[in-house]
Amino acid sequence: MSRPVISVRSLVKTYGKVEAVRGIDLEVGPGEIFGFLGPNGAGKSTTISILCTLIRPTSGVAEVAGFDVREDPSAVRARIGLVFQDPSLDGQLTGRENLEFHAYLYGLPAATRKQRIDDALSIVDLADRASSTVLTYSGGMRRRLEIARGILHYPQVLFLDEPTLGLDPQTRNNIWEYLHTVRQREHITIFMTTHYMDEAEFCDRIAIIDQGKIVALGTPAELKTRVGGDVVTISTPDMAALADQLRSLMQLDSTQIDGTLRVEVADSASFVPRLFSELSVPISAVSARRPSLDDVFLKLTGREIREQANTSLDTMRRMGRMWGGGGRR
Amino acid sequence: MSEQALTTATATHPQTVNIRGATLRAIIIIWRRDLIRYWRDRMRVLGSLAQPILFLFVFGSGLSSALRGSTGGLGGSGSSLQYVQFIFPGIIGMSVLFTSIFGAMSIVWDREFGFLKEVLVAPIHRSAVAIGKTLGGASQAMIQGLVILVLAPIVGVKLTVVGVVELVPAIFLFAFALSALGVAVAARMRTMQGFQVVMNFLMMPMFFLAGALFPLTGNLPAWLLVLTRLDPASYGIDALRRIVLTASGLPSQVVRGFEITLFGWTVSLWVELAVLVAFGLLMMGLAVYGFRQRD
Repeated sequence: MSRPVISVRSLVKTYGKVEAVRGIDLEVGPGEIFGFLGPNGAGKSTTISILCTLIRPTSGVAEVAGFDVREDPSAVRARIGLVFQDPSLDGQLTGRENLEFHAYLYGLPAATRKQRIDDALSIVDLADRASSTVLTYSGGMRRRLEIARGILHYPQVLFLDEPTLGLDPQTRNNIWEYLHTVRQREHITIFMTTHYMDEAEFCDRIAIIDQGKIVALGTPAELKTRVGGDVVTISTPDMAALADQLRSLMQLDSTQIDGTLRVEVADSASFVPRLFSELSVPISAVSARRPSLDDVFLKLTGREIREQANTSLDTMRRMGRMWGGGGRR
Repeated sequence: MSEQALTTATATHPQTVNIRGATLRAIIIIWRRDLIRYWRDRMRVLGSLAQPILFLFVFGSGLSSALRGSTGGLGGSGSSLQYVQFIFPGIIGMSVLFTSIFGAMSIVWDREFGFLKEVLVAPIHRSAVAIGKTLGGASQAMIQGLVILVLAPIVGVKLTVVGVVELVPAIFLFAFALSALGVAVAARMRTMQGFQVVMNFLMMPMFFLAGALFPLTGNLPAWLLVLTRLDPASYGIDALRRIVLTASGLPSQVVRGFEITLFGWTVSLWVELAVLVAFGLLMMGLAVYGFRQRD
């Protein structure tokens, strides 16, 4: 890999006795889309805040765009773009005015300012709505405008903290298309956090973080091979007996999830017939599928990521966005 | 992947970061944003006339007739000064005071709804927020104060061109001092919850003590006299009153009758303006400090 754009070594952040980040190492190369995955409270937001110079690390080194976040935060800030978890647009300004505000803050030269704003608006397909106030935008449009704003000052890295949180699935996919366009057009590195496992598939590489530590790092395909074959989910009236028989007769460890048993097998096509011929426990349903990143997370941490995914805070955020980003602005 | 492409893109990055220049631009754009928002909310300008109108026409006219019955006007017997004319500059001051503090409170609003983050992560000095917001708030408050002047003919206050020309900088300095105070308070506030406290324990006392509704001279009880002298708004409103009443063509001994005295010494208009500037700068310093400390 060529010289990394983001380089993190033994990063630690503690709040009193609470260790939010417990020794993280990672490198992100130029032009990569790097996903940072994990449940809420895993340390994602803390890590991204350190990389954006919003929080000072307790120990360890973090370099972004060639500058140390601790020693030269201004240099880092000038070279990164940010899309926050919570909306941060001025609803009473138009889309264009929001971008103009940003252009001034980051000192875009006057000669190219207008052209650059037009370009950024066209990348996210908002050129025709540029002179409406942001209050009239939908949640997806606001996110797109924030992405346009994030790339406006030619940053080397665009950081996005849960960019699709609270958006409906269609809008989420749509945002991803724009992010890929941005990467292609702007040649920038994208570093993002999410707790939607399915979104990680859009990334070049992902790091799975749990309880302040990286538990896995690689391409989505690499991580999925860790599950070892297919995932088979079995429903039965007698869970204990089935788990017993799977272990004694087939040497398979199963995990109980939502009233079903889950096993990993090398080849599900040959496994399912054996299930019925060799076991005596009644089985009411069987399904087999390719492993997803949810399975990877489950395998690595023994927990399902979605258990914690939909907290009341998320619901509140989603409501907030639905009702126009928090009242009259 | 696109290492070559990245190098090309890097070449166009504005790599030299001039923090001082960026901070100056940031002040201007923060200021401009406040004015755009203010302009877009024109109904507020009209709506904000409601309270001054109530004060002038209901409270002012009511008290005017009551006073006429007893003493025959303010400022000594035989004076032609109506109470409503007396409070007119006070009501300008009220508009400036309320708009300044409310304007500054928009920082807390911005903080709560995320927009402040956009400013705080930019490669600029934090002082830009304090200065830009103070200037933005002061400009709005100045316009609000000047809007009250349209009511002058109705309450029988004569305005001259010279008077208005003098009022503009005086109102601006007054608005600057109060906006800076508001920003200094807002810099330390996390939520809108504290707003009610600011209203009840800062804005209303400042308004009542500033001599907007009654003269700060004469036979005020000692404790009240001391408190009015500690209120920076007293000096602002007194400055406005001198300019308005002088322009209105009132005899100078009537105008002088209301002037603020400190230890028997009459505070001049210049000293009052200097007090406003000094207070404003002090508060802005606190505001800059407040933004540096937190977040």
